[in-house]
Amino acid sequence: MATVMELVKESEVQWVGQPLKRKEDPRLITGLGKFVDDVKLPGLAFASILRSPYASAKIKRVDVSRAEKAPGVICTLTGSDVSKLTDPFLQISSAPANKVKDYCLAVDKVHFVGEPVAAVVAETRAEAEDAMELIEVDYEPEEHVLDARKALEKDAPLVHEQVGSNLVFHGKWDYGDIEDAIRKADRVVNAKLHFHRFSSTPIENNGVVVNYDRATGFLNIYCNNQMPMFCIPWLSFGLKFPSNKIRMITGDIGGGFGTKIISYPYIALICLLSMKAKRPVKWTEDRREHMFANHGNERSFDVEVPVKKDGTILGFKVSAFDDCGAYTRYEPAGATIWAQVSPGVYHFPNLKVDFFQVMTNKAPVGPNRGYSRMQHLWMIERTVDIIAKELGLDPADVRLKNYVRSDEMPYVTPSGGIYDGGDYSESLRKAMKLIDYDGLREEQARARKSGKLIGIGIATAVDSGTNNFGQVKIITDDNPFSGNSEAARVSIDGLGQFQVGLGTVPQGQGHETFAAQIVADEFGINPDQITVLSGFDSAINPYSHQSGSYASRSAVMGTGALLGATKKLKEKVAMIAAHLMKTLPENISFSEGNVVDKQTGKKMPIWQIANVAWVNNVLLPEGMEPGLVALNFWRPNFTLPDEKWRLNQTLTYSYQTHIAAIELDPESGKFKILRYVIVDDCGTQINPMIVEGQVHGAAAHGIGAAMFEEFNYDENGQLNSNTFIDYLVPSAVEIPHLITGHLEIPSLFAPKGIRGVGEGGGTPLGAISNAVEDALAPFGLQITDSHQNPQHIHKLIREKISKLNQVR
Amino acid sequence: MMKSATKSDMIRVTCKINGKEYSGLAEPRTLFVHFIRDELNLTGTHIGCDTGHCGACTIFMNGKSVKSCMVLAIQAQGADITTVEGLADGDKLHPIQEAFWENHGLQCGYCTPGMLISGLFLLQRNPDPTEDEIRRGIEGNLCRCTGYVNIVKSIKAAAKKMQSEGGKSARSM
Repeated sequence: MATVMELVKESEVQWVGQPLKRKEDPRLITGLGKFVDDVKLPGLAFASILRSPYASAKIKRVDVSRAEKAPGVICTLTGSDVSKLTDPFLQISSAPANKVKDYCLAVDKVHFVGEPVAAVVAETRAEAEDAMELIEVDYEPEEHVLDARKALEKDAPLVHEQVGSNLVFHGKWDYGDIEDAIRKADRVVNAKLHFHRFSSTPIENNGVVVNYDRATGFLNIYCNNQMPMFCIPWLSFGLKFPSNKIRMITGDIGGGFGTKIISYPYIALICLLSMKAKRPVKWTEDRREHMFANHGNERSFDVEVPVKKDGTILGFKVSAFDDCGAYTRYEPAGATIWAQVSPGVYHFPNLKVDFFQVMTNKAPVGPNRGYSRMQHLWMIERTVDIIAKELGLDPADVRLKNYVRSDEMPYVTPSGGIYDGGDYSESLRKAMKLIDYDGLREEQARARKSGKLIGIGIATAVDSGTNNFGQVKIITDDNPFSGNSEAARVSIDGLGQFQVGLGTVPQGQGHETFAAQIVADEFGINPDQITVLSGFDSAINPYSHQSGSYASRSAVMGTGALLGATKKLKEKVAMIAAHLMKTLPENISFSEGNVVDKQTGKKMPIWQIANVAWVNNVLLPEGMEPGLVALNFWRPNFTLPDEKWRLNQTLTYSYQTHIAAIELDPESGKFKILRYVIVDDCGTQINPMIVEGQVHGAAAHGIGAAMFEEFNYDENGQLNSNTFIDYLVPSAVEIPHLITGHLEIPSLFAPKGIRGVGEGGGTPLGAISNAVEDALAPFGLQITDSHQNPQHIHKLIREKISKLNQVR
Repeated sequence: MMKSATKSDMIRVTCKINGKEYSGLAEPRTLFVHFIRDELNLTGTHIGCDTGHCGACTIFMNGKSVKSCMVLAIQAQGADITTVEGLADGDKLHPIQEAFWENHGLQCGYCTPGMLISGLFLLQRNPDPTEDEIRRGIEGNLCRCTGYVNIVKSIKAAAKKMQSEGGKSARSM
C-alpha cells in the first residue's frame, strides 16, 4: 500500500490554486516561440524520406545513383546501409515477438504503407524532395493482413516471417470466479465491440535536427520527442553510440498527446544522416507523413457480463484483440496499460480478460491521449448501457448502483490498482444536474412522439496518471524498467535570483507556470521572481531516464521532485541564515523574499544569504560547501507485479463524468450535439485555468474521435484518410460549448493531493456512442463501434426499416 | 519531377511585412509561408498541414486573412503583409493577444499565430460577434489543445477590449 501523504494545510497555500496567467504565453502570442522547425544552424542541410507504397513487399533493389547526381544532393542512405551501420532497435516484447527486426529504414521488406525505405540529404528541402523521386526501388508485393483476428488465423500472412506468428502478446488476467458469477446471474449480457483507429494529430508534426559535432564527438539532437531521455537506450544501442555523448534538446512543442513518444527511429535516421553528410541535418515531417505513421491502438472485444435483474454487475469476461500495426516498439506496453483501470469506476469482484495483441500490415501504433485505457473504458461504458437497455433500467441508475463508493476509498481493484480517492456518484449527480437530466428525458419523450430522435449518453472514466513502469514486467520479467522518477533543480544565484529546472517536457501544459507556483509558495515569493527553464536540454536540465511528459504525470512527478529540491535548498538557506543571525535553523521561516527569525521577528533578505553562499563565502559556517543549488530526484512508492499480475499501475486516478445530449436525423444518419457536460476531479488543482483547459482539450479529442476522425484502410492496405482533407479534425463549429463542473477531492497518495489530468480517459467516446444508441432506441439498434459515422448509422436504420417492412 | 531551380531561376520578391520592407530570393514554386519562415526568418508563422486546412500559417495579406501555404512567394510581390510578429505595438500587446493570454486561449501555442489573425480579421469585419459567429469566423483554423472553448472566450474578450478603446486596434493590417 502506498504511503498516505500529509496534506498541506489550506492556510499555507498561496499561489497553488490560483488561475495564474501562464509564464510561457508572452513568447507564444508574439510569434517568438521556438519550435523544432524554427531551429537554424550554420550549414544546415535538409532530409527527405522515401516511403513504401505497399502494405507488404520484398525490397528487391534500391538504386540511389540518379538521386545522388541530382542538384544539391549531399548524400543518400538506404536500408542496406542502415543494416551495416546500426543494430536493430531494442524490443520490449517477449519471445518470439522480440525477433522483430526494427531499423530506421526498411531493410529487405516493407511492412506497411508509409514505412521509410530510403533518405536523401540536400542543400534545400525542395532539392531533397526532388532527388527522393529519383530513387528507384523494385518491390515484390506479398500478401498482407489488415485485421487482428484474421492475423491470428493459421494460414495468415506473417507481418514478420522470422517471428513465426503475428501474435505479440497473449495474457490472461483472471480474478475472482467469473464462471461462478455467470452461473449465478439472472442474465448474461453479450456484446461484440470494435474500437477504431485514430490519433490526436498535433498541429505540429514530428521534427528532428541533428548536429553531429565531429570536434567533440557529440550528437546534438534538437527534436520534439515527449520523453527524450527515455529514447537514450534505443538510440545508444541502435546507433552503437555512447550515451554520454548524446545531447537531447527540445524547445516549444506544438502538441504531443503521446504521438511524439515513438519518434526514435526518425531521430536515429537523422543522426546517421548528419554523421554521413558531416553537416547539421533537419527533417520536418509533413502532414501526410505524420498520418501514415502515427496511430492509436485499434481493439475489438467479445464481452460477456453476468448481471442481476436489479442492475448489479457481477463481473466482466472479455476477450480483447488489439491491433498494434506493423512494429511493436513501445507496444506491448499497451497490452498491459489498460489494466491500470481494469474495472473502470465499478465495483465488481470477478474479472477475466483474455488479451491478444497482434501485428498487422498497418501503421505502427503508439501512445495517444488516453493510451490503451480509453479502449478498455469505452468497452465498459458501452456495455453498461447495453446492460441498462436489456434490463429496462436507466443507465444512470445502473451506474449509481455499481460505482465504487467514496467510503471504499482507497479502493483496491481486482488487478491491484489503488484508487486514490474521489466520489463517482457525486460526479454523476453533479453532471446530471448541470445538464438537467430529468428535463432532458422528458424532452426526449416529447420529441419521440413527434418523430424527433434525441439521445442522452453518459460515461464515467478513470483517468489514471503517473504510470508504474513495472507493468511491462507482465510482458517479460527481463524488461529492465519499473517505477517512475523525475528530477528537479532549484537554485538561488549569487544575486538572490531563483531558477528552476525540471526534467518534464511540456507540449502546452504550462510547466513553467505550475513549477513557479509550487516554488513560490515554498519560499513565500511571487512566481514572477522565479525563472523556470523552458523546453528541455539534457546538458542543462536535470533529468531521470524516465523524465518527460506522458501518462498525465508531469504535475504530480514535477511537484514531487520540486518539493524535495525546495526542502533541501530551504534547509541550507536556514543553516546559513541561522549562522549569520545567531539563531537556530529551526527558528528560520521564509516570507516575501526574506528569512525571518520566528523568535525575534528579525529579517534578512535572501539575496544577502545568497551573496554569502556564493561569493562572500568566508562568512559561511565552517565546513559548509558554497553555492545554493538543490538537485532532487523523486520516485513514488511503487511495487512489482505479483504472481497474478496484481500491482498498482499508476499513482493517481482522476475521473470524469461526461453527459452528451444529441439530436439525430434518421434521414441522413447525421447528428449534432445539443448539450455537453463534463464533471472532472483531479484532486488539488495547482492552476485551475490550466486544468480547465486540459479538460476541454481531452473532451474535444474524444468528441473528434467519436464523430469525425478515423484512419481508414482499403483492402490493399492503402490509407485513405491521409491528409486533413479526408481525416476530419473538428473545428470550432463542430465542437460544442463544453459545460464543466469540478470536484476537488484530494489524492490520498500524491504530493499536495494533486492528481494528473489531461487525458480524460476518452470519456466522450462512451458518452457519444451511448447517446447515439439512445437516440436510435425507437429502432432498437445497437451501437458496436466507437466511431459514429453518419453513413454507417444511416445504413443501420435502412437495414432495420427494410427488415421491418419484410416482416409486415 | 520538377526541375531544380538554379540561381538564375530565382526571383527577387519584395514586400512590406509588419511595416518594414523585406526582400529575398524565391523559386517560382516556393510557397510564401516558406519564404517568410526560411528566407525572411519570421518563424512565428507555422506550418501544420500542407493542404490549406489547419490555418497555422494564416497572415494578413493586403488587409485580408490568407493562408500563406496557399500563396506562392512570387504572388506576394509588392504586397502589404502582417504576421503575428506585427500584431503588438512595440512592447504593447494587441488587445487580442492580451485576451488570449488572460483567457488561456492557447496551450502549445502552435496554432495561435493563425488563430490571432483569423480572430482579428473577424473582429475587423464584425466588432461584436455572437458565439456562433466567432466559431464560424475561425472555422478555417484547427486547434488540438483547447477544444476551442477558451479561444472563443478570448475573441469575445478581445471584442470588448477593442470596443472600449474605440476600435483603435481594429485598424486594417
